[in-house]
Amino acid sequence: MAPDKGVQVMRAMIARRKRWDVIFAVVGLLSMLCGVVALVALIGSMAMEGVPRLSWDFFSSFPSRHADKAGILSAWVGTTLVMLVTALTAVPLGIAAGVYLEEYAAKNWITDLIEINVTNLAGVPSIIYGLLALGLFVYQLDLGQSIVAAGLTLAILILPVVIVATREAIRSIPGTIREGAFALGATKWQTVSQHVVPYSMAGILTGVIIGLSRAIGETAPIITIGALTYIAFLPDSPIKSEFPYVSFEWLSSAFTVMPIQMFNWVSRPQEAFHVNAAAAGLVLIVMTLLMNALAIFIRYHFRKRIKW
Amino acid sequence: MTPDISRFAHRRLRHLRERFIEFLLFLAALSSVAITVAIVVILVRESLGFFEHVSLVDFLTDTQWTPLFDDAHYGIMPLVSGTLVTATVALSVAIPLGTIIAIYLSEFAPHRVREIIKPVLELLDGIPTVVYGFFALLFVTPLLQYFLPDLPGFNMLSAGLVMGVMIIPYVSSISEDAMRAVPMHIREGSYAMGATRFQTALRVVTPAAFSGIAAAYILGISRAIGETMVVAVAAGMQPNLTWNPMEPAATITTYIVQVSLGDLPHGSLGYQTIFAAGLVLLLMTLFFNIAGHLLRKRFREVY
Repeated sequence: MAPDKGVQVMRAMIARRKRWDVIFAVVGLLSMLCGVVALVALIGSMAMEGVPRLSWDFFSSFPSRHADKAGILSAWVGTTLVMLVTALTAVPLGIAAGVYLEEYAAKNWITDLIEINVTNLAGVPSIIYGLLALGLFVYQLDLGQSIVAAGLTLAILILPVVIVATREAIRSIPGTIREGAFALGATKWQTVSQHVVPYSMAGILTGVIIGLSRAIGETAPIITIGALTYIAFLPDSPIKSEFPYVSFEWLSSAFTVMPIQMFNWVSRPQEAFHVNAAAAGLVLIVMTLLMNALAIFIRYHFRKRIKW
Repeated sequence: MTPDISRFAHRRLRHLRERFIEFLLFLAALSSVAITVAIVVILVRESLGFFEHVSLVDFLTDTQWTPLFDDAHYGIMPLVSGTLVTATVALSVAIPLGTIIAIYLSEFAPHRVREIIKPVLELLDGIPTVVYGFFALLFVTPLLQYFLPDLPGFNMLSAGLVMGVMIIPYVSSISEDAMRAVPMHIREGSYAMGATRFQTALRVVTPAAFSGIAAAYILGISRAIGETMVVAVAAGMQPNLTWNPMEPAATITTYIVQVSLGDLPHGSLGYQTIFAAGLVLLLMTLFFNIAGHLLRKRFREVY
């Protein structure tokens, strides 16, 4: 017996609607493919131009007027030193702020203000931080166009990232851990510093690494404070052979960093410098990808090990 | 009696130390507020110096921005138009693609696909912006010129397109989080009524996650407006009052970069112009952030 007309119409409608499911699934896959293709094209075009340029000389030479002799020595040393200042400032400050907001803060307007403020800071364009740094660090505090000024600039830039990561990590620690510590007579600070923070270290570390990988690639705020692009010397060494073995001269040294060196090479008309830019870009990509991979690894590794 | 006294002193010391540590942590949290205050103070102070020389009316209505020329004009319009055009191009890539990807990942994709694709897309966000600038100038622009032979070497189209790709993960990951936060029973209700996956995604889940999706769009807009290096490398540095994305033009951010690369003396009018431009940029992003906040509040779903 053939189904009656109403059922046929219904079946046709269901088939039509289900076809839309398939169509959308294809559109969705294609959209993701767009993103993936762009990523592959980006890394591929950079690698094709840049890989032949990568050599030991490229890492151990100063920038030069001659494209084939120019290297990134001052750039990667500068990046390393700036990141050191950034990490040493942003990590303690960010963790302390996150711990306060999660563990200590009373529910009042000051806490609300701080929370809204952290969210808003994350949305401020990075170049605005550069203007802040230019006005505050370079001129008001008279730090000049130095490594310490750049390091502090990037530190305040990634501060919201560290704060948010710390808060999320701490929030996932069950309350029973704190109650256990309190029951044994620990003070709040003992509980926090010996239990809560160590247990949430994996999450915090992930956030710190993501933040630093963002800071490594930041160009605009460093340009704004007036970093030079042609630096053919290295900052004073932080480690000395004589007493007191460490020196802080390098903090006030002029510097350049990887992304600025790359920007400088991209903006030149000569083709030969574009090859250098591609090679520098490749190094930058590898650095940030490695940091991201490390962050993913830490998150994954610890998620598997810790069970409450 | 002595042991009791020493115990009392010990406790008081411990209490004092606890309060002191709490105070230090409070100062650390307060530092973020200090940063905001410092940003506003610095930008407003330098801008006030600027507006002593340039009237607000000229600033908003003049159609030329040539502060470093002898015949100086201080009209912010050309920079704003450059900013809006590049941002519009970027968003017309990022919003549709980001939304589709979010719906697909949250409602359609098998678990396996999501676990692989999500980190790959997030890599797009991790790559330094100056690298995107290189890609726009030396890969996308020549590619576009193949189809549009008249396209100049610096243009807003290629910068905007590349910026759009860069912003996709921003839009998609926040939208997806919002969609996944929609409780399962709402979807189940829809399926029980005979709706297909696509109907459920479009008419039930998307409206329910609207506030989160709107927030994702707003974040994308702020990001596009404030983006610096892609446009500085690929869109040219000449202020140009145009709405045509095929032309080169400077954005607010590009102008700040251009001036910073030069050597303007501290305190000069030229030095102050970048703070005035920065203030406009901050107000624009602030406007969108507040709009996003209100939108979220108005459409917040209570499950």
